[in-house]
Amino acid sequence: MTGTEHYQKLHDIIKIYLPEDVSAEHISEESHLINELNINSANLVDIVLDVEDAFDIRLENEDMDQMETVKDALRIIDSKLSDK
Amino acid sequence: MGKRVVITGLGVCAPNGIGLDDFTKALQDGTSGIRFDKQLEDLEFACQIAGEPQLNETLINQYFTPLQLRGLNASGILYGVIAGTDAWKDAGLSIAEKEAPDWDSGIIFGTGILGVDKFRESTHLVDSKNVRRIGSTTVLQTMASGISAYLGGILGCGNQVTTNSSACTTGTEGILMAYDRIVSGKAKRILTGSCSDSGPYVWGGFDAMRILPRKYNDNPTKGSRPMSASAAGFVPGSGAGALILESLESAQERGAKIYAEVLGGAVNSGGQRGKGSMTAPNSHAVQRCIREAVESADIQSADVDAINGHLTATSKDPTEIKNWAKALKRDGKDFPYVNSFKGLFGHCLAASGSIESVGAVLQFRKGQVFGNVNCDDLHTEILELVDEEKIPRKTILHSAKIVAKASFGFGDVNACVIFKAFND
Repeated sequence: MTGTEHYQKLHDIIKIYLPEDVSAEHISEESHLINELNINSANLVDIVLDVEDAFDIRLENEDMDQMETVKDALRIIDSKLSDK
Repeated sequence: MGKRVVITGLGVCAPNGIGLDDFTKALQDGTSGIRFDKQLEDLEFACQIAGEPQLNETLINQYFTPLQLRGLNASGILYGVIAGTDAWKDAGLSIAEKEAPDWDSGIIFGTGILGVDKFRESTHLVDSKNVRRIGSTTVLQTMASGISAYLGGILGCGNQVTTNSSACTTGTEGILMAYDRIVSGKAKRILTGSCSDSGPYVWGGFDAMRILPRKYNDNPTKGSRPMSASAAGFVPGSGAGALILESLESAQERGAKIYAEVLGGAVNSGGQRGKGSMTAPNSHAVQRCIREAVESADIQSADVDAINGHLTATSKDPTEIKNWAKALKRDGKDFPYVNSFKGLFGHCLAASGSIESVGAVLQFRKGQVFGNVNCDDLHTEILELVDEEKIPRKTILHSAKIVAKASFGFGDVNACVIFKAFND
């Protein structure tokens, strides 16, 4: 999987959890999941589970704490994949 | 003098019809919603028939966002949101603005148990040491008040938002709780109703109690036989019914259509004393509940034109008829018309009171008393008390002025509500 594919996969996961007044076009690598995309903090839990399934990795609590922006998430995913 | 209370909206998600048009037609025509259930057969239930609303994806997508549907595995929430949202729209009410709730509108939407399938999912995850995989919505789907919470968020209600639970009286009790809150001026309108999940994990306990029919697996539509000599137990069902109760002044200010007036009612318990038990009603309490409902409505027992009974199709049906006859002091040709909709969709448990109340109220609209099915062989103890013509086997034209609806539940609890045709 290339970086672009990772981004696309993550993008498709995130867009389901956007509130009705935020469109998928607002998602970029720089987006802050809670502050900019207005994702409900409870839903971050679900995004983590979906990411685990999609990339076949396991994310720990500290990973979740560091996952503020889309870019953070991609970095964590990449590092987990390279550890495999 | 408290405020007068009327019904301005109805919604229903029933085994024999989703939406008012289909449901009304099914009740008028005697169309059954009871079907053979393959899953119950696979799991070797003795009773393999059930009444379950026939949902499909297109319909569900009209009521839920893709996000709400993510991991949603609680059929009661599907039914309740469909019925509740429909009732809201039917009453011509709008959804609260994004910034502030509608302080005058509340929700009292009951259930017996919610999100059973979701709970099962999480039980497996917990047992396999995977609690971290449960996801964020398990709590919301399995808390009893999940249904009022979902509806409250969709509609933006800012008055009391709660869930009542009293076994099979839940739906009828909820109507009276809503009534009380409006009479006392604490709310202008309440969306009230109830829902019940589908499936083997809800119905299994009843199968184990041996109170479901076992001989109709090849003939599902004949399985639910209220008031019949061959009644063999209740057919398990599921779904949701919903009603908008509103103060008369609010309804008139809005120019809302009015289905009927709620005159009053009563709830009580037999205390599991006398012949009452956890599972059997104390007849004195039932009679008292009916009498108190009549008094609360400020009518005479002679004024009751039609009864929509609890009448589940067990051996207790004759006892219920006896209780009505004693409480109202009426029998023979003087007995009101009586029907049970359970012949058509089984016993929808916590949802039964609300689904059946929706049906009972629709009778005013149509000037009809909907017919009973599967009771051509009326129980002899019932015939000793009630003239046969008072138990219509086909839908009849009759503009009832007063309809009494009762529900009874495990725990020896009772509820009876009095509806009146509205003409002002």
